[in-house]
Amino acid sequence: MGDTPPRSADAGTGASRVITDHARPAGASARPAEDVPTSRTPGGGALGGGGGLPRRRAFGAERAFRGLTLAAGTAVLVVIVAIAVFLVAKAVPALRANTVSFWTFEGWFPNDPEPRFGIGALAFGTVLSAVLALLVAVPVALGIALYLSHYAPRRLGNALGFLIDLLAAVPSVVFGLWGRDYFSGPVADLSAWLNRYFGWLPLFGGDGPYGASMLLGALVLAIMVLPIITSLSREVFRQTPTANEEAALALGATRWEMIRTAVLPYGRPGVIAAVMLGLGRALGETIALALTLGITFNISFNIIDNGGNTIAANIANAFGEANDTGRGALIASGLMLFAITLIVNITARAIIHRRREFTESAA
Amino acid sequence: MSTLTTPSPRAVDLRARRLPGYAPIGIAAAALALAAAAVYGGGIGGPVLVVVLGAVLYLAGLYAASNAVEGRRAARNRTWSALIHSAFVLAVLPLASVVWTLVSKGAERLDGNFFGTSMNNIGARDPNGGAYHAIVGTLEQVGIATLITVPLGILCAIYVVEYGRGRFAFAIRFFVDVMTGIPSIVSGLFVLAFWVLIVSPVFNDGRPGFSGFAAALALSVLMLPTIVRSTEEMLRLVPAPLREGAYALGVPKWKTILRVVLPTALPGIVTGVMLAIARAAGETAPVLLVAGGGAAINLNPFENNQSSLALFVYQQAGDASRYAPARAWTAALTLVALVLILTVAAKLLARRNQLSR
Repeated sequence: MGDTPPRSADAGTGASRVITDHARPAGASARPAEDVPTSRTPGGGALGGGGGLPRRRAFGAERAFRGLTLAAGTAVLVVIVAIAVFLVAKAVPALRANTVSFWTFEGWFPNDPEPRFGIGALAFGTVLSAVLALLVAVPVALGIALYLSHYAPRRLGNALGFLIDLLAAVPSVVFGLWGRDYFSGPVADLSAWLNRYFGWLPLFGGDGPYGASMLLGALVLAIMVLPIITSLSREVFRQTPTANEEAALALGATRWEMIRTAVLPYGRPGVIAAVMLGLGRALGETIALALTLGITFNISFNIIDNGGNTIAANIANAFGEANDTGRGALIASGLMLFAITLIVNITARAIIHRRREFTESAA
Repeated sequence: MSTLTTPSPRAVDLRARRLPGYAPIGIAAAALALAAAAVYGGGIGGPVLVVVLGAVLYLAGLYAASNAVEGRRAARNRTWSALIHSAFVLAVLPLASVVWTLVSKGAERLDGNFFGTSMNNIGARDPNGGAYHAIVGTLEQVGIATLITVPLGILCAIYVVEYGRGRFAFAIRFFVDVMTGIPSIVSGLFVLAFWVLIVSPVFNDGRPGFSGFAAALALSVLMLPTIVRSTEEMLRLVPAPLREGAYALGVPKWKTILRVVLPTALPGIVTGVMLAIARAAGETAPVLLVAGGGAAINLNPFENNQSSLALFVYQQAGDASRYAPARAWTAALTLVALVLILTVAAKLLARRNQLSR
């Protein structure tokens, strides 16, 4: 709502700023007259006079600078490829040494003389914790995003949005510490209660002890991804064309109907992308889960008994006593995580990209 | 507006089109009372359940009352509005709890000793010990990572915005986006495999060596995409007439970029860099994998183990000493303060930036 006026006002100041800033570069541009020949001498020899257009620059600064930036751009691609290559290089020997199936074995004993380790339970735990976290976080995050963009007074919305952005910056180890030292108590109580009244569901079965469970890990994770999903979706919701919103309201829609017919359809791709990014973050989260999960290696849908483990948390926990094969095994599991997050992220980016094209062509 | 009602919707004979202002409050009170009666009467829970059940009953009651009085559309509007507000309350509670726990537990060891000493020779029964070595480690690692990443990231963004054409530039943009999502532990493993296990033995007598520099490398991998993205956006915001003016005056393109475009976009770029630094300072996993952590002060980032604040928090959290939690919380408070100061400064800078959206 009313997003356009400040933006256009900003653009105005930007334009006026252009002029004031221009004074300096313009002054600087007087300098090339004396600058250019010196920079050209090594490449093109003495041109003298210097009245003409600078033509000779086969090896000039322009080339060099362009080459420099090209190298920096290539470095990004090199890093991505290098990540994959080095992880594979270190993982393969460990996978060769593995005496059981990497995919199905439930356990992690890579440091034994006969290494045995499997990714199955870890991958399952990673996906389960991330999905549970998103199930909790997404509805709440969308609620907050809508509240901030369409319900709260504008000033309050901006201030709270700022606060949410700050929370996104809080390091994960802090959330992990909070989850382990404080939040595990209430969650244990909740688990006991769930077990007592809903124990007939496999999710809440078992007989304790409760506390350091998948539920705790997933809830802490949910609190961590909440700010990310909120701030991205809020941004999308705020970009809804005011004309659409006003048209809906003018036709007699209630506020909710306006949101449902104008805001949500417009924001859907953005929200999907935000959720995918949150998913990527949840899948890769390490320290918070290493601190809150009770480390076990089994595939179980029981989310309230002590236990649960994820790929990333296992790396953090098992790294200390890992020998050479152990490190290779952890790197192999990291490679799996890399592959999973890569798929999630590429999907998210593809969705965002499609949306970008869509909005640009619509505008 | 002027209709007479009692709080309970059942007893009301309303013909007006809108619920009176106090009806929601009345419904809330009734819902809470009903929930309390049910919960305590049945003995199935405590005050938390009362609130949760009360909220559910309130939503149901509000929908029923509004449906009866105002019609279905208004009822939906009210219910969703209440849901959205309650989502907000639901999210504020844990976040407030985190802040409160952090401040109250972190204040315990907030003394000079904590900031002036390391954990060297601190046993399980020693109540003091501090994070000096960890703070030094964080500053050095993040500093080196910044030195590596900022030139690389800005040049990469310049390529993408100013020079890049076609598929290659598109590929770089796409993979920078993808790189944003790389988990920190994977970047730690990458540097472990690449630097610690393969490169560092070359000048370390054949033994793999943990070091603060390795942690800086891992942090650079995490910072790079953030810096490229934000710089890219800022460069795109620089008005085209500015560039064209410089070209018209005969300034070569590279000099236009360095003298005109970059200075104009500078505040925004600095904001992005600061946000990236704040994110990197809070990372634990990569430091754990490649710097190893250590109890003593190690000022040399290129040799031997180094700790960092985030790693210090993690290690103290896993320590069996009964004095360890207090140290962990104070270090966490310090870390959050550091990160938040950087973030707030960056956001304020962004707000003053005239190019920003």
